[in-house]
This record gives sequence, structure tokens and C-alpha cells, in this order.
Amino acid sequence: MLGSGLLQGLKVTAKNLVGSFHDPERLTTLEYPEQKAKLPENYRNFPFLVSENATDPMGTLRCVGCQICEKECPPQCIYIEKSKDKKPDATGKMQVYPVVFDIDTSVCMSCQICVEVCPFEAIKMDQVFEIATKDRFTALLLDRNQLAKPNSYYHEIHPTEAAEVDARLLAERKAAEEKAKAAATPKPAVAPTPSPTATAPKPPEAPAAGGTPAP
Amino acid sequence: MSGVEPMFPSPSSGAHVNAVHDPFHGDLLEVSMGPHHPSTHGVFRMMVTLDGETIVKLKPVFGYLHRNHEKLGENTSYLGSMPYTDRLDYLNSMTNNWAYALAVEKLAGQPVPERAEYLRVILAELTRLLNHVCLAGFLLQDTGASGTPLMYAFREREKILDLFESLSGSRMMCNYQRFGGCRVDASPEWLAGAQTITNNFGRFLDEYEELITGNEIMMARTQGVGALTPELAISAGITGPMLRATGVNYDLRKVDAYGVYSRFDFRVPLGDHGDTYDRYMIRILEMRESIKILQQALPALPAGPIMDPKAKIRGFRPKAGEAYGRIEGPKGEIGFYLISDGSPNPYRYRVRPPSLVNLTVLEDMCLGQTIADAVIILGSVDIVLGEVDR
Amino acid sequence: MIGATSFSPLLLAAGAGADSFLERLPLVIRDTVAGVFPAPLQWLVGSTLSIVAIVAIFGGIFAGLTLVERKMLGRIQNRPGPNRTGPMGLLQPIADGIKALTKEDIVPRSADHLLHYLAPVALLAFSILTFAVIPFGRNLVPLELDAAVLYFFAAGAASELAIFMAGWASRNKFSLLAAMRALAQLISYELPLLLSFVPIIMLAGTLSMTGIIDAQAGWQLGFIPRWYIFTPWGFAAFVIFLIAALAESNRSPFDLPEAESELIAGHLTEYSGFKYALFFMAEYFGMIALSGMAITLFLGGWRAPLPFLEFIPSYAWFGAKLLVLLLFFIWIRGTFPRLRIDQLTRLAWKFLVPLALVNLGTAAFWSLTSGWSGALQLVRWALTIAMVIGPFVLLGRGLSGTHRPRTYRYA
Repeated sequence: MLGSGLLQGLKVTAKNLVGSFHDPERLTTLEYPEQKAKLPENYRNFPFLVSENATDPMGTLRCVGCQICEKECPPQCIYIEKSKDKKPDATGKMQVYPVVFDIDTSVCMSCQICVEVCPFEAIKMDQVFEIATKDRFTALLLDRNQLAKPNSYYHEIHPTEAAEVDARLLAERKAAEEKAKAAATPKPAVAPTPSPTATAPKPPEAPAAGGTPAP
Repeated sequence: MSGVEPMFPSPSSGAHVNAVHDPFHGDLLEVSMGPHHPSTHGVFRMMVTLDGETIVKLKPVFGYLHRNHEKLGENTSYLGSMPYTDRLDYLNSMTNNWAYALAVEKLAGQPVPERAEYLRVILAELTRLLNHVCLAGFLLQDTGASGTPLMYAFREREKILDLFESLSGSRMMCNYQRFGGCRVDASPEWLAGAQTITNNFGRFLDEYEELITGNEIMMARTQGVGALTPELAISAGITGPMLRATGVNYDLRKVDAYGVYSRFDFRVPLGDHGDTYDRYMIRILEMRESIKILQQALPALPAGPIMDPKAKIRGFRPKAGEAYGRIEGPKGEIGFYLISDGSPNPYRYRVRPPSLVNLTVLEDMCLGQTIADAVIILGSVDIVLGEVDR
Repeated sequence: MIGATSFSPLLLAAGAGADSFLERLPLVIRDTVAGVFPAPLQWLVGSTLSIVAIVAIFGGIFAGLTLVERKMLGRIQNRPGPNRTGPMGLLQPIADGIKALTKEDIVPRSADHLLHYLAPVALLAFSILTFAVIPFGRNLVPLELDAAVLYFFAAGAASELAIFMAGWASRNKFSLLAAMRALAQLISYELPLLLSFVPIIMLAGTLSMTGIIDAQAGWQLGFIPRWYIFTPWGFAAFVIFLIAALAESNRSPFDLPEAESELIAGHLTEYSGFKYALFFMAEYFGMIALSGMAITLFLGGWRAPLPFLEFIPSYAWFGAKLLVLLLFFIWIRGTFPRLRIDQLTRLAWKFLVPLALVNLGTAAFWSLTSGWSGALQLVRWALTIAMVIGPFVLLGRGLSGTHRPRTYRYA
């Protein structure tokens, strides 16, 4: 009969109206600034640079300025200048370091490709999202001082992933030490993820015609 | 009014219009709907010529969201294009990722482990659920249901987005598939959560259908509105639910049987009228079939690696050649065509966007309908301007 | 005509002795304040006080209603609704008011400035005029007119003129389309609206609101009030009236003139700031007035629903019934999609008007058989119910035509 569909609809909305007072399934909103949703561990937003030590972040950056992330970054939001000299890193090994490491977060799309291509576990995804600012130019262009965050912070936001990374780094360091004992020429750390042959300071893949333009 | 000038001049392009030369008939009215109209689903513009409220001509204008997607794809590495595919049809990043990964895997001859294939099916079907449920909500919003169906739809969509977020790290910009597998493995807790959502989704659909499917106003608004013939649909290259609503049995999951779809038992619903109501109902029925696929795939998920051990992340250079990878996205056939010249970037990168192709018949569907129908016909086409304009 | 035409007695005379203090309170206040002034001015002060009271009270109800509507729509849609301004969002209407007042008033350069300015004013004026004849309580009729019902609908119909003014003067294509729709809607729905309560005028034998309420006095079987809604034809008329009232007040699912998804904001597209707020206010006033009319015609006006509840003041009953109707309107808004303009007019001409005409006959039958008793009483009810449901089913079948749920095949 005409109208039965309308009455059914009214029944459903009435059920939801009443349900919103007693059924949490029917009132799923969170009052944002007071209540905050628990971020899943995998949540990612904007990269940061891992430093081993919170007291001396610039001295203990894992980043060696190899510029792979700069090249692989799809929106080209990373800008790196590597040092001419070498400084000892957290393990005491002499390393090149980034003199300038800027990320333009107004361009960054949090795709985490920089994290995936980094052979040194030096750049990881952060979980910040309350980053509104009144100044859209300088305040969103983060330099290496703003980007550097200690490894403990990494453990805080991505516990399982950070534990895996630390274990892998330790194993690599041990392997490298043993290798160093065996052979006189020390080799840099071995890449962790799927391509174990790719070594870090390898010269960048020469871009083909129409390759990635420099920022 | 003082009448110094004609209030609404006749449309300049009157030649295309069968204007009635009748002194009592009055002028035609050219209305520009969009690009900032509330219900053009983004920055889409329809130049509509109206005779009263009846549409005699409709010219779609788009490109406001053009981002040079394909040229960007030719200038970044193969991997670098993956996050950009998220932003094509931003509701369905998982299926976009899969189609692109499939194309690159074909190009490079890259095998995919079993577990990754299953995960891809699970995520694609979840994506189908969230896309179709969004469409059902938006379509009802376009018919003027003051947001209630849309809110119910979004309530359920949010649960699926939470799943995506806990797996891939981002609600919509998942960037999850890789050439030769997937990026992150699904934990048992995640799978349990997906199972719960799958189990409850059918109940939500029942309630949603009770709310609106039998509604007389809804039926009067959508039945017989914007009918599309199977012949026109085929010749225009329409795919997806819109094609199946006209009664053409063409579903790439059955035709290509890509991935592991051949192992699942599901049916393809077909419409008989090709009108807006059919397009809506086909999507509702497809959701029910997607639930069936998920119920089969989730328990059957095999153990094993999610990434082919030989797959390369850095320095990925497929040998010269070309490949076209396509899957049945929620909106239709989403395909990527790639030509490699052996360099790290594709030589040619081309997207076949279902939204754009499905939009091409908009005028054919709208002619003779009223301006109120144009809005819901557009809604039932299910476009995302990110994909139309690229 | 049935019975003697009972022209309502003078305002204060009607059973004043039986009234409780609360019942008389509004009038006592009015008369006390007016008594301060010299006798020639008393009628003026008294009327002014009534006007101020109406505008203040219904202004307040409007403010509260916007909040209630948003809260209720929110709850229907599984969200809490506005809850940031003040405790539980109670100050939201004030915030809205401040916002509307301080917003820039934009008038398009090519608009007809005078009409553009006048439209919201005229609309609000017409909608406030309708309040003049509604009996809000036992003794609370601002203006006792013999032809109050006619006056009410005359004033109400004029509001569509203002909407057309707004649409035309804005010089915007969407506004013009909305104005056309508004006129079509007005012409279509004025008829079923008027026809739906003709039976009541026929049975009550008066066009006076007080007379109609008096005709609904008393109880059936000792506890069921003799309201017109509790008769089969009265119920049918009430449903027709509600549908037509929704259309007249441009409420969902008949909000075609301001169909957001099609015409952006229809006739309101080029209005901003306080003028927009005036339109909004007028729309709600129209809705409140039509609800008040429905209460008077079908729900026994200010009468209590049960005999032992009569000690509660009559205006409280009016308010309670008003609230129920308004919540029902909001509930409908939260549920239904919008009709299309041709379907809207079809619904009026092919369904509501014939149904209202048939209902006129049903009511006549009911009136003629008022002497039947005993078993004949049952026959009377059965026949009337059949006369209501039969046309509804038949006309409904014609109206829905080929629209019905479909079954689908699988490949």
C-alpha cells in the first residue's frame, strides 16, 4: 500500500533517534579536542629523522646524507645538502652527515616512500597531526633541528616496528664488526629491506631522459 | 521590474537546441551548475539549457582538478607513482594501488605471493563496500534526504577506514600495494576486526534498505530516470555497476579472473532498466556479494610472505616493453597502461579512469529529464573528480 | 448547517468562573497593565501587549526550535548535534542570531533592490499575521473573527507571494526557478489544504476558531475526547492537512523552492545575514502557525486529552500539542527524500484533491448518520472507514503507477 515504505523509513529513523541515547553503536562520534581517538600503531603522518641520542640530536643522526630519499620522494619535498667533511656518528664511525635536511611539510604527502628506500633506518614516519599554523611558509618548512627526534620517541609511537629496526641494526653492526675483523676494509652498514645488495653510498641511479628534476 | 535589458538572454548556442518558435513558449534558460554547486560531487560543472525545468542540452565541463597525473607518472619512478594513484579516486585507493601494481607486475614479470593476493582481494572488497556505501549515501543526499542516509553510510564507512588506517597507516591515502606484494602484513587482530565488520555489514545493509529502498518517494525519484540502453553503454565503453545495471554481464572479476578471484563463489547482479534505481540497487546487491567474498577469503587467508623476496624497492627498472593492468574497481574498469624503455621511469603512463568514461554518457541520460533529475543522475554515475580530471 | 450557529461568546465570558488562576493569569496580567492607562487607550495597550507577547513567545519558540531541530536531526543521524555553545549547546540560537546580525548583507548589483529588501519583511509580516486568530488557550484568542479560518489561509497564502518576490528580485537563475516552483507549489497545495478541513466547517457549522474548538468538546465513552481526528474522516482529513501543510510551509520532503541539492538555496541564494535569518524565521513561523491550525481543527485546540487532566492550563495543552507536531515535522525531515516538482503537483492534483473531495462525502455521511446507535453505530464506523481506505488504496495505486520494488537477476 502507498505509504508503507515511508512508514518503514520513519521506523528506522525513530530507532536511530532512540538508539543514539543508549547504544554506543548509534552514537559513534568523539568530542574531538576533549576526547582523542587512539591512533593505530601503523598511523603515519610526516617523516622525522631518527637520532640515537636525545641530548645531542645533531651529533647522533642516523642520516648520512646519501640523498636517496630526496631523489625518490614523489612530490620532491626533501632538500639535502651533505657535508664535505666527516664526523663520528653514534657508533663512533666517521660518516658524512647532512648539513641541510629540509622537509617542506606543505608539500609532503606522507606516503612513506622515503622511509622505505632509506638504507640506514634514518628517516621514519611521525604521528603528528595537530600542526596547524598561521604561517604557511617558514613554519611548515622543517629543518633538521625540527625534524630530529630521538630513537626513544620512535619506540614510543611505533613500538613493534622500532624494536624490529633496532634488532636489525644491532645484527648488522655485529656482522659489520666481524667483517671488519676479517677484512681490513670496513664496509658501510648493509641495507635492511628486501634488496640486501644495495649499498648506501652507491652513486645515485643516473636519471634517464626526463628524469627527476632537482628541486 | 523596469525591463531595461532582457533578464536572461537566450543561450548563445541555440543552434543545437530544438527551440520552439512559438510566441507563447518563452525563452530557454541556460544555467551553469557548478563548479561550486553543492551537489556536483566536486568541481564539476554542467552547462544546462533548460526549457522550463526540462533539460534540452547539457554540456559537462571539467578539468578544474587537473593535476597532470599522467605526466607526473612519467617523471617519477615506478614506485613514486604509487602514492599518486591513491589520489586518483580517493575513495578507492586500495583498488587503484592494485591496478597499478598489477600493471607494473605484468611489465616486470613479477610474481606475487599467495598471501598478498588474498590480502589484495580482501582489501579490494572492503574498498568496494566503502565506495558503494558512500555512493548510496551521496545519491540519497542528492535526492534531498537531509543527510540521514549519508550519515548512516558514513558511520559504516568509518569502520572500514579505521581498518585501513590500522593496516596501512592512513585512512584514505593507503599507498599499500607494492610490486610483488603488499607493504605491511595483516595481524590476527586486524583480521578479526575485518571479520567482525564483515559479519555486521549485512545487518547494516538490511537497515539501510528498510530506510530507503522501499520508500515511495525514492522510487518515484529514481525509477525510469536517466535510463541508459545496453547498446549505448557498450559503445561508450561504460563499465562497472553502471554497465551491469543495463543488463550487460561484464565483470572483470569473472572475465579476467585476476588475482585469486576464480577461487571464490560470488554472483554478478544485473539490472533490466538501466535507470538510476537499477544503478543504486545493483550497488546494494554487489555489496552483499562482496560480503560473501570476504566471508570466504578471510578464513582462507594462507600463511606465508607478503612480498616476493626477489622484488626490488630501490633501483627498480623493468625491461623495455609495455603492459596494461586492469581490475574491476568499484566504479568500473580501472586500468593502467605502461610503456617502459628500461629506465627507472615509465616512458608512457596512462590511466583508464572509470569515472571519466562513465561520465561521457551524462548528456544522453539527462536529456528530457528535469534539472532535479540531472543531479541524481550525476550522483548515480558515481564520479570522483580526482579521477575524472587527473 | 448542523445545529445552531454558535458564535463564540465574548472572550472573558466563556466559563470564566470555572477557570483556575493559572488559566486566567495571562489575561489578568494584560488587564492589570492595561488598567494603568486611561480608558480610551486601554484597547490599544491591550492589543499591543498581545502582539508583543505573541512575537516574544513565538520568537522564543523559533529560537528554541532551531536548536531542537538540529539536535534531533543530529540524533536521528547518530551524532550529538550542536553542543559547543553553552551547556549542551543551549546558547546556540543566540550565537546564530549574533552571527546573522553581524554578517555582511550582500545585495547583488543587478538585483531589484526594493523588492530584494521587501521580500523578507513581507514574508515575515504575513506569517506573523496568521497568529492573530489562533486560539492559544481557553481565553487566549488575540483576535476573535467570525471568518477566522478564511483569514488564516488568506494571510498564509500571501507568504508565497513574498517568496516569489525574493526569487524574482534576486536576479539569479536558481532563485527564479525556485520562485516558479514556489508558485506552482502554492497553487497546487492551497486546494487540498482548504478542502481537507471543509468537512470540519460543515460539521461544526462555523468558520470561527473558537466555535470549532467548542464543537470538539466532550467525551466519547467517558474518556475519548470528541476531537475530529478520532473519526475516520477526520483522521483522513488530518493526514491530508499535514501533507499539504508540509508543502505550504516548504518543509522537507516538499522543500523544492530551496532544494539544496538542485537549486543551491533557491530563493535564498542571494540573501545573507539578517535577511536570510528573517526568511528562516518566517518559515518556522509558518510551520508553527499551520501546526496551531491543525491543533485547532483536528486535535481539539487547547482541550485536554483526558478528563482528569483538565486542571492543567489550556495553553500548556496547546503548547504540548504544538511541540508534538513540530517534532513530527522534524522527524519527517530527517527521513524522507525530496519529491520532484512534477511529482509534487501530481500528488496534489491526482491524489490529495480527489481524496479530500471524497472525504467531504464521507463526512456528510457521518453527519447524516449521527442519529444511528447500537449495532447501527458499528455499521456507521465500518462504512466510513471503508469510504476512507477504499479511495486511498485506489488513488494510491494510480499514483504510484509503475513504481514498485524490483527483483534482480544474477548472471
